[in-house]
Amino acid sequence: MENIIEIRGLRKHFDQLEVLNDIRFSVAPGEVICLIGASGSGKSTLLRCINLLETPDAGEIIVHGRDILQGKMDVNQYRTKVGMVFQSFNLFGNMDVLKNCMVGQTHVLRRGREEARQKALFFLEKVGMKDFLGASPAQLSGGQKQRVAIARALCMDPEVLLFDEPTSALDPEMVGGVLEVMKDLAKDGLTMIVVTHEMGFARDVSTRVVFMDKGVIAEEGPPETIFQNPQNPRTREFLSRYIQA
Amino acid sequence: MAVFFEKVLEIAQRYWPLFWAGTKVTLLISLTGTVIGLAIGLLVGSVRAVKVEPRDSMGVRIGKHLVHALTSIYIEVFRGTPMIVQSVFLFYLLKPVFNWKPVTAGIFVVSVNTGAYMAEIIRAGIQSVDPGQTEAARSIGMTSMQTMFLVVLPQAIKNSFPAIGNEFVVNIKDSSVLSAIAVTDLYFQSIGVAGSVFLFTQTMTVTASIYLVLTFTTTRILGFIEKRMGRPRSSFPASQTVPGNPTF
Repeated sequence: MENIIEIRGLRKHFDQLEVLNDIRFSVAPGEVICLIGASGSGKSTLLRCINLLETPDAGEIIVHGRDILQGKMDVNQYRTKVGMVFQSFNLFGNMDVLKNCMVGQTHVLRRGREEARQKALFFLEKVGMKDFLGASPAQLSGGQKQRVAIARALCMDPEVLLFDEPTSALDPEMVGGVLEVMKDLAKDGLTMIVVTHEMGFARDVSTRVVFMDKGVIAEEGPPETIFQNPQNPRTREFLSRYIQA
Repeated sequence: MAVFFEKVLEIAQRYWPLFWAGTKVTLLISLTGTVIGLAIGLLVGSVRAVKVEPRDSMGVRIGKHLVHALTSIYIEVFRGTPMIVQSVFLFYLLKPVFNWKPVTAGIFVVSVNTGAYMAEIIRAGIQSVDPGQTEAARSIGMTSMQTMFLVVLPQAIKNSFPAIGNEFVVNIKDSSVLSAIAVTDLYFQSIGVAGSVFLFTQTMTVTASIYLVLTFTTTRILGFIEKRMGRPRSSFPASQTVPGNPTF
């Protein structure tokens, strides 16, 4: 099947620091890709380059055959197709749960209020947050906030959903609920790219694991290969630390 | 001592129409000045919060830098000079153009002066909103304008409400400097009364009391509004939202 996103020769640096070095990476429809690697290896930066929250220095990001870094491109229109779930949830503090899920639909996609409401209710039910429509984000626990954030992203009907360490800021007992939601989405066939330290999730849910090290993709492959028979010594070293822990 | 307060009461009773007329002017100027100043501050403050982005074209870059420079000059000049000087300067400078009355000039000066302070209050309020929310707004495709008006500004205004209210209280008091251009506010009327009875301390006791009532009442009302603003619209038992009690 044709790739949704193809990345070639992507480079990004912050001052002296080379964060991404000649990244080559592609995403096919229905894939669940887990980006793993040590802190500072460039996983999050790669994710943020994909929806242009960071502007790459060089390279191509080809989406449906078109390089989004070239020429005039409607960034906002593009971003509606690429949802993002953040480590720190980032719910809109001035809106309740329902409004958080509606505002993008009504103001960006120009959907009618009723349609937007129905869609929001549908996804809030899916993530188990339908009882909290009138709650303000400040009233919710971390896990609840993250589930609302996932619903907010889904309401935009994205082609790809990016997750930037979605469970890293959560209390241990809240992690499971969020991972369950993500597993469900994977089962539904949603294309996902997940930066994560949850090796269990990567092993059980992903269709492909990408191991990043010092700004390059050191190894990638199906989860069985990466976890049971890693080829690169750095992958082995990284995973052994998780198995010991 | 008793004689002193007798005089104070006598002045208040005899001249209350003048005090009342002055109070109305003071309230008119400080209220309109604060509202218009807030509008100016919202505009200037949000413009100043716009950052130059790497994807901006050359023209946009130059435009942004120019606007930043102009707003900086405005803020520095109006915060760095006394309002009494501003009022005299602008009143006579623009009199040939507008042929305006002192009250109109007074409202104008207070508005522009307050605008400079409000701009910085609003900018600080904008910076107090977690940048993560801006990223989230952009990630669902909002333009920078939508992000500002739907997400950031409502929270910035709420966060800086105490400082905004404080400007109103300051204006109630500081509009007294407008007597320099013969605006007939509370202070101007009081000086008139004091001059005719030739009892300055006693008259100013009346004046100070009125100012104190105005500022005290205003502070209370603002405090009440502030409390109401912070209240969520629905409530949940902690058992449903506290970690350790997962709801599914």
